[in-house]
Amino acid sequence: MTSLGLYNYWIVIALMMLGLYTVISRGNLVKKLIGLGVFQTAVFFMYISMGFVKDGAAPILTEGVEVYSNPLPHVLILTAIVVGVATLALGLALVIRIKEAYGSVDDDELQAMDNAS
Amino acid sequence: MDAHFQALIVVLPLLAAPLAALLRGRTGPWLLATLVSWAMLGLALALLLKVQAEGTLSYALGGWAAPIGIEYRLDALNAFVQVLLALVAAVVLPFMHLSAAQEIDEERLPGLYAAVLLLLAGLTGITATGDAFNVFVFLEISSLATYTLIALGQDRRALTSAFRYLIMGTIGATFFLIGVGLLYGMTGTLNMADLGERLPAVADTRTVHTAVAFLVVGVCLKLALFPLHLWLPNAYTYAPSAVSALLAATSTKVAVYVLIRFLYTVFGVEFSFGELPLTSILVVLAMLGMLIASAVAIGQQEVKRLLAYSSVAQVGYMVLGIALATTAGLTAALLHLFNHALMKSALFLALGCIAFRMGGTRVEHFKGIGRSMPWTSAAFVAGGLSLIGVPLTVGFISKWYLVLAAIGQGWWWLVVVILISSLMAVVYIWRLVEVAYFETPAERDRHHEAPLSLLLPTWLLVALNFWLGIDTRLTVGVAESAARALTGGGS
Repeated sequence: MTSLGLYNYWIVIALMMLGLYTVISRGNLVKKLIGLGVFQTAVFFMYISMGFVKDGAAPILTEGVEVYSNPLPHVLILTAIVVGVATLALGLALVIRIKEAYGSVDDDELQAMDNAS
Repeated sequence: MDAHFQALIVVLPLLAAPLAALLRGRTGPWLLATLVSWAMLGLALALLLKVQAEGTLSYALGGWAAPIGIEYRLDALNAFVQVLLALVAAVVLPFMHLSAAQEIDEERLPGLYAAVLLLLAGLTGITATGDAFNVFVFLEISSLATYTLIALGQDRRALTSAFRYLIMGTIGATFFLIGVGLLYGMTGTLNMADLGERLPAVADTRTVHTAVAFLVVGVCLKLALFPLHLWLPNAYTYAPSAVSALLAATSTKVAVYVLIRFLYTVFGVEFSFGELPLTSILVVLAMLGMLIASAVAIGQQEVKRLLAYSSVAQVGYMVLGIALATTAGLTAALLHLFNHALMKSALFLALGCIAFRMGGTRVEHFKGIGRSMPWTSAAFVAGGLSLIGVPLTVGFISKWYLVLAAIGQGWWWLVVVILISSLMAVVYIWRLVEVAYFETPAERDRHHEAPLSLLLPTWLLVALNFWLGIDTRLTVGVAESAARALTGGGS
């Protein structure tokens, strides 16, 4: 199999780096959270594509079907999605409180205000 | 009944958390949380005794046998960490009642105790489970609770610290998730014991090497190994006093446990330290952390931040013991894990008393407290002595074992580094002692001793610092047997 044959992993790596770069490079806290979301979703993709079995059917017992996809990674990622949603919700709640307390959601401005006080 | 203790110790705080959030007032939720933490201490002690009598315990969750079902697996190592967790929680929660009522609005108190219970559920869950993906889920439960707890601090900087920790913590946890995913892809199992058996066959592949890298970096972010410690000082500084004590004593320790579990049980000693250059990487980072974080601590004006940097240095001692990859080194790491939790929680509780009376924990608040708050200052000094590693305290025991382990390897330079780092601890603790005892307060002091309900938990921990520093049979015995089992030294 050529290296491009596993193109799903290339997509995962590209998304992962995009997300991580957004987290690091953006000053806006909401954009940081968006980057974090992309980063986490890339990992979900990795798990889900790992569960793929060639010519496999959906993992529901059916007569006449021999090969099924692996359902375990999917179930794991359902849990991880819930965790991701909770993290995002908490992150956004914190952003709202930061906006109320500082009047800004820009990391550099927050840093400057913290250093000044 | 006691067959279900292993699951009960996790389920109890998890179920109590929503109940605490529903209760109103300042006493109800607190009482519930405190009772739960005491019950957890009882369960943890019963489990430790059982593990010592019967060896490794396995509990099939929902009756599904491993490796298909999720297994809770308890050996000397995690039973030991669970006792530590429950012990610290059972002492800090009584302290929290007055301390939190002063620092936090009454309407937020039920939320505080719910978050504390969730934190406990997450942390005990990490130690209870034998399933790698379960560790991730519990890691996130405890982390989310931690972000909430930090954000409850009075200062608005608590919010930004919590947000920055959320970003760093989530990246760390996701790295951990990537590592687990890659391991699952190579072995087809998530059960840690099963992973340990199947990994050697595929160990020499790039996928597994990548998995190790992601796992170790992810966990090291959580345990604040230098230079991944940047979230920690602010988080500890701006969290409410009692929360700082709880976090300093528990959350980094559990991350250290995860590191030990993965390096020793899942990857195995030969692979982690023989084939991969983890010893040199971890030893260098641990040493840098010990020296640089201690040096930074000396210059701090905010005492909570000083102790936080000292924590980063102390994590260095633990990682050092792990990286030595010998039974002696691991024993020292486990002892320091337990002992550091005792001394840091004692110090942070003493700081909580000072914050309660003086309204702050900067160096200037220490002026003259030697006279106005004699018991609190004495507790702080006692905790400081333990942190430095003076004989008769727990700090001495773990440093002694660490030095012995370093000499056992023939690494004399390491002994020098440990001594230098301890001397720096003398400097930063002495500075505070000097201010507390030899400087007079600016105004004629109207301040007086902290109330008994704050002093009792503080002194209980101080007493433990000395008790376990003199009678070391319990801690050293358990740590040694756990270390021997992990390094495969037999008997």
